Amino acid sequence: MAEVLLPRKMEIANGPSKFGSAHLLHVLAVDDSHVDRKFIERLLRVSSCKVTVVDSATRALQYLGLDVEKKSVGLEDLKVNLIMTDYSMPGMTGYELLKKIKESSAFRDIPVVVMSSENILPRIDRCLEEGAEDFLLKPVKLSDVTRLRDSLMKVADLSFTKKRELETEHAYSLDSSPRSQLKRAKI
Amino acid sequence: MDALVAQLQMQFRDYTISLYQQGFLDDQFTELKKLQDEGSPDFVAEVLSLFFEDCVKLIGNMARALDQTGTVDYSQVGASVHQLKGSSSSVGAKRVKGLCVTFKEYCEAKNYEGCVRCLQQVDIEYKTLKTKLQDMFNLEKQIIQAGGIVPQVDIN
Repeated sequence: MAEVLLPRKMEIANGPSKFGSAHLLHVLAVDDSHVDRKFIERLLRVSSCKVTVVDSATRALQYLGLDVEKKSVGLEDLKVNLIMTDYSMPGMTGYELLKKIKESSAFRDIPVVVMSSENILPRIDRCLEEGAEDFLLKPVKLSDVTRLRDSLMKVADLSFTKKRELETEHAYSLDSSPRSQLKRAKI
Repeated sequence: MDALVAQLQMQFRDYTISLYQQGFLDDQFTELKKLQDEGSPDFVAEVLSLFFEDCVKLIGNMARALDQTGTVDYSQVGASVHQLKGSSSSVGAKRVKGLCVTFKEYCEAKNYEGCVRCLQQVDIEYKTLKTKLQDMFNLEKQIIQAGGIVPQVDIN
């Protein structure tokens, strides 16, 4: 007589609720304009994002730990999920920042969105070619931010779910007792 | 008490609408108001305050750049105008933004008289806006002090 074994309950989060209060999208916003920094910060907070705002590309690189004086900060704490940068900034431009990030093995996977008050097609093309996730015209709209957030959370959710699937498969394969053989039935 | 609140609310509504109709404010200002809530009740005032600080700083830069007893560096003037145009656009300061567009053209054309005229106008314009917004914020305060709530004003 076969024993019916119930499958072990797997904790796979479903839907965007996984990104609840413990896992907010952390956005690094870069803009030399004080007014625009205040504005983008508010847009992001209203959209339930964790926000870090800096006033220059140099400071953004310092925050990420990409500058010459590398800090041994626990990178997990400041894990940035999205960078939003103004295009025209004194010193290093947003475009140059974008390039530096995409050239970095540690940070090239972080999506970078470029913002500009000027609708210049060659500029937009250049940024997208360099790997920008999106190019937003200023003033940025709340709908732009929620759209970005939703698409990024979906990607993160998919990769999280995939990761859990792999972990679960691995957990099953480690336990080689006869009982566990039955548990391996497709759930 | 209710009659006072109602009167103040009507004043506030009319005043706000007039600011839009006279071109002082545009849709972006409406967007700013939408971002304000009980958790951030002074958001609009704070952003506008930063904007006015910007005006002082940037107009100062422009004035200095134009006040050369020699050749004027129009790209320097233009850089400040560009920044002011950006800030004014971000807060919905429609008239200031419009002046910046004209000012930018004069910079590109290296038109000294045009630039000086724009500088004077933009200085007057931001100060006018500041006064008008102060009056609007005061009406809001009066409504709240009289026990009322500030109404949402539908511009369209």
